Amino acid sequence: MANITYIEAISKGLWEEMERDKSVFLIGEDIGPFGGAFKVTKGFIQHFGEDRVVDTVLAETAILGAATGAAVVGMRPVAEIQFADFVTTGFSQLVNNTASIHYRWHVPCPMVVRLPSGAGIHGGPFHSRNPEAWFFHQPGLKIVAPSTPYDAKGLIKAAIRDNNPVLYLEHKRLYRHIKGEVPETDYIVEIGKGDVKREGRDISVITYGSMVHMALEAAEILQNEIGLSIEVLDLRSLMPLDTELIYSSVRKTGKVLIAHEDNITGGIGGEISALINENCFQYLDAPIKRIGAIDTPTPYSPPLEEFFLPNTKKVVVALKELAAF
Amino acid sequence: MKEEKKKNIQAPWADLKLSNEKLIKIYRDMLLIRRFEERAAQEYGKGKIGGFCHLYIGQEATGVGAIAPLREDDFIYTAYRDHGQAIARGMSSKGCMAELFGKVTGVSKGIGGSMHFYDLSKGFMGGWGIVGGHPPLAAGSAFATKYQGRDSVTICFMGEASTNQGVFHEILNMAMLWKLPIIFICENNGYGMGTAISRAMAGEHLFEKAAGYEMARGAVNGMDVIEMYREMSVAIERARKESLPTFLEARTYRFRGHSMSDPGQYRTKDEIDEYKKRDPIETFGSDLKQWNILSESAIEKLEEEIKAEVQEAVEFADASPQPSIDVLYDNVYA
Repeated sequence: MANITYIEAISKGLWEEMERDKSVFLIGEDIGPFGGAFKVTKGFIQHFGEDRVVDTVLAETAILGAATGAAVVGMRPVAEIQFADFVTTGFSQLVNNTASIHYRWHVPCPMVVRLPSGAGIHGGPFHSRNPEAWFFHQPGLKIVAPSTPYDAKGLIKAAIRDNNPVLYLEHKRLYRHIKGEVPETDYIVEIGKGDVKREGRDISVITYGSMVHMALEAAEILQNEIGLSIEVLDLRSLMPLDTELIYSSVRKTGKVLIAHEDNITGGIGGEISALINENCFQYLDAPIKRIGAIDTPTPYSPPLEEFFLPNTKKVVVALKELAAF
Repeated sequence: MKEEKKKNIQAPWADLKLSNEKLIKIYRDMLLIRRFEERAAQEYGKGKIGGFCHLYIGQEATGVGAIAPLREDDFIYTAYRDHGQAIARGMSSKGCMAELFGKVTGVSKGIGGSMHFYDLSKGFMGGWGIVGGHPPLAAGSAFATKYQGRDSVTICFMGEASTNQGVFHEILNMAMLWKLPIIFICENNGYGMGTAISRAMAGEHLFEKAAGYEMARGAVNGMDVIEMYREMSVAIERARKESLPTFLEARTYRFRGHSMSDPGQYRTKDEIDEYKKRDPIETFGSDLKQWNILSESAIEKLEEEIKAEVQEAVEFADASPQPSIDVLYDNVYA
């Protein structure tokens, strides 16, 4: 075991998969000598060479399209989109071309798109987006969003080995803020499996990514303050969702808070809420609550951004309301 | 023209080492595409084929001339007007017609339709329905084969209108920068749907769009199957031996509308008639006759054979089952 950061865990996972399988290669902007905008691929080009760490021109459509074209002839590309916001430039490739290949051709399209996502680093409107809801709606794509170094490494390895296109959401604010124990041995975190990060009896918080840590803090605060027992369910995989784990938690607690950093309207929390209503209605003791960013573009100004984003305090307030219902 | 040719002591293909069998195959492929599509138009009229259907009639020399010099391990990407290239690549007329009919026996099992033919075993990588959407995939294919140390070549057909998409420039730049074994064949039929190229492109010479990337480039008479074959052979050699891309503008013309629902009011009958005088199949057929490769009776025999093949394809498509609803959810994921 090593105690490493979230970003180191991603790098280690990538490194190990590249050592293991020569069909894995990296493609993206400034991932070579520069080491990537966030230094995830620092040192890779020196070790693996420029054939396998492919610096591209600034052209997201070309990156995503070329990755797709390479994937269908036996490669396992890992594309880095410098900031998740920029994936919009190549949107058509992913939702039209990449997502439909296996359905139409029955040919695997094993590729990973790494998407440095999320706000809270004062990135402003074009460097802070959470892109999951744009792609959640598109059958044919898988989406994962790790919250810990352990999951980050296990999921990048699973994503690379998966025969489907996988969008890998890595939260920029977690990169160097979160450390954790990560095995040095080979392991994967299965895509489609959530994880109960804290067991509880009274309320389920269903969440992922950076919000997992706020939910855990809120749970600790409420346990200490008023003895509330909060369960924190980390989805880890957004598509497919671990619906069984969601339902079993709801059946146990009867009260649900869905928390994501993405803004509320049209966020995937709405879909999760609908699924719970359809499948666990009789177990609910309170209306399902949602918490997320407010429905505006991401503001730059630190006080505005703080107001815009969900945080531990807001999770605590929402949970107290649910407890009182 | 005829008189000049008679004076020639050499056939137009004399420099190309083409056997008589290969010449006849080239002619037969063009004729099969023509008859296949004429019949597809009829079946569309009868309601057997639905949705969108874009015919290649008039452009046969471009597709056949470009594909004929390829090897079996090469890859082909194309846009939505894809019936011709698929047939030129040897995909069966039965499977192609069945796909148009939406049947499970179709080349894409009825999932794709007219615009999305596909056959990995023949390196035919589609059939892509969004203008400008597929060239990045073709570049990815060329990147992969180079990475894997294979000497396969990828060719990428595209319509001239797609060169107005931003991604066109992304990919030309990337292909040249990375020295990819790829050939871009821009089929310039003069119209992006109903908009004449003169109304859609600044500048006169489309192939010069590749000049900014210092890529080998040129315009080819896309109505002349032998000229296509010759220029493609050079480009394929460049890709295979030197791993360098080429951009070819094939000047061609479609005799029919953009799609089945196009009354074609944006061009004159005179213009269409003028191009029909340069019909690529008739021109090549008369050359073959002149050089005693095919006799009139041999051409008639070919016509008979193809007529039967197309008839068989229609009967096969008609008799084939619809895809079962059970498969609807299959294969969304691998």
